[in-house]
Amino acid sequence: MNYAIQAQAVQKRFGSLQALGGVDLAVEEGEFFGLLGPNGAGKTTLISIMAGLTRPDAGSVKIMGYDVVADYRRARRNLGVVPQELVFDPFFTVRETLRIQSGYFGLRGNDAWIDEVMESLGLADKANVNTRALSGGMKRRVLVAQALVHKPPLIVLDEPTAGVDVELRQTLWKFIARLNRDGHTIVLTTHYLEEAESLCNRIAMLKGGRVVALDATANLLKRHAGAFLHLKVQGDLPEALAQGAPREAGGAYRFQLASYDEVEAVLAPIRAAGLHIEELQVMTPDLEDVFVQVMSGTPAQERT
Amino acid sequence: MSRGATLEVGSGFRTLLYKELLRFWKVSAQTVTAPVLTALLYLLIFSHALQGRVQVYAGVDYTAFLIPGLVMMSVLQNAFANSSSSLIQSKVTGNLVFVLLPPISHLEFFGAYTIAAVVRGLAVGTGVLIVTLVFEVPPLTAPLWILGFALLGSALMGAVGLFAGIWAEKFDHIAAFQNFFILPATFLSGVFYSIHSLPPFWQAVSRFNPFFYMIDGFRYGFFGVSDVSPWLSLAVVGGSLVVITVTIVELLKRGYKLRH
Repeated sequence: MNYAIQAQAVQKRFGSLQALGGVDLAVEEGEFFGLLGPNGAGKTTLISIMAGLTRPDAGSVKIMGYDVVADYRRARRNLGVVPQELVFDPFFTVRETLRIQSGYFGLRGNDAWIDEVMESLGLADKANVNTRALSGGMKRRVLVAQALVHKPPLIVLDEPTAGVDVELRQTLWKFIARLNRDGHTIVLTTHYLEEAESLCNRIAMLKGGRVVALDATANLLKRHAGAFLHLKVQGDLPEALAQGAPREAGGAYRFQLASYDEVEAVLAPIRAAGLHIEELQVMTPDLEDVFVQVMSGTPAQERT
Repeated sequence: MSRGATLEVGSGFRTLLYKELLRFWKVSAQTVTAPVLTALLYLLIFSHALQGRVQVYAGVDYTAFLIPGLVMMSVLQNAFANSSSSLIQSKVTGNLVFVLLPPISHLEFFGAYTIAAVVRGLAVGTGVLIVTLVFEVPPLTAPLWILGFALLGSALMGAVGLFAGIWAEKFDHIAAFQNFFILPATFLSGVFYSIHSLPPFWQAVSRFNPFFYMIDGFRYGFFGVSDVSPWLSLAVVGGSLVVITVTIVELLKRGYKLRH
């Protein structure tokens, strides 16, 4: 098996804060991998260690087989990171920025690829604009382009869509998906779970510096075997029934069911009370439900 | 087992150096012209006040004596300013990440920042020398010493600036370094006087000031006269450069204050 990332027992402490408490993670080449977790879970710390921006206290990380500390030059040549912070160098235009970034990787005469990246990210008409004069969304595109100048086999995107409009999100994912099809391994962190659910073939969830769930996206969704019943009636539900169901903004109730068989148990008392049903929907759980369940501390149990 | 892109391409050194040169050149009014003007003001004021009243070396009038000191002071201060301000700006704005992510070695990183500082220092020094020629043309007794001390001195101060930039976390730290260390050390180094005019105690103190050797050795190249042997100055400046180079490369290796 060829791994794009091999992290073994990675630990990192900042003062009294244990940012990573022994993380083991292996990402295979060609995967589209999601790294999820609440703020402070250790996602960015783990990415920083992969990129050599942070030193691990213990454990090791290999990028495409190269140790990020001992063989840092080869490891970094194989890795492109889109940092979370919206940073730029106000001295240069977009094209200058990308040429300089290419040069840092020892690449000269890289203009054909730079043009292609700018075109794919909708930056072509901004090529000669100073980065200082760009909107936030455009600056984000430049950051993505900078991470790709050296065609890295492994691309890591740390919350690339935070505060970004729909158009850029679609442009970005179209381009990243193409790179993934071309064989690049993609690692993504995001708080938009529907994004992760639709893009990632495998997902790790971090909490408090530890991996608390790691599985194929489809398997994670299956773990949450139940369903949700979304129900709105005229008036209020009988007391006994309403207790177990939180009421949503529109006045609808949300029941969590262990299986579809339980639908009847909800409907029967309503029928008995003679209430008129205005809305009814049965929904399968999405990644957000799995996420909430995993993060709430009760480890997602295998249900049969 | 390693299977990534092993394609060996050029290093990032050339580009990092180019970027550092472009950075100060794009704002040359502030980074080159302004310090030349400052040096010119020093020359006007001090030569007006002291010309004819002070003679430091026999047969050398005060303005001629002052010019090499002012040139070297400008070289040293601007070399320091270049690397320190570049690094702290990148740190504060966060764009230092662009040079931390690529496969640039520690020595290349050190070299690019230091050489850019040397170029800025020499550019300002040449500018100061040219405008002061209007007032007085100092002799060029030993040009190789002039060039040698200008190169070594600016490299040393570029490296000190790099150290300050690595250490500092905000602009105030650089300002403090500059105000409490660089400025007093330059002013007390014999730019404006010969240390032989000082009381014995302060003469002795001056000998612990590395700036004194940089200025004195540089001045030797013009007049063939100096307070101490140019060979001693060369040894002190060269030795200091080796020590700080080794120190900084080691700090970069450890990621001190750059890679947490």
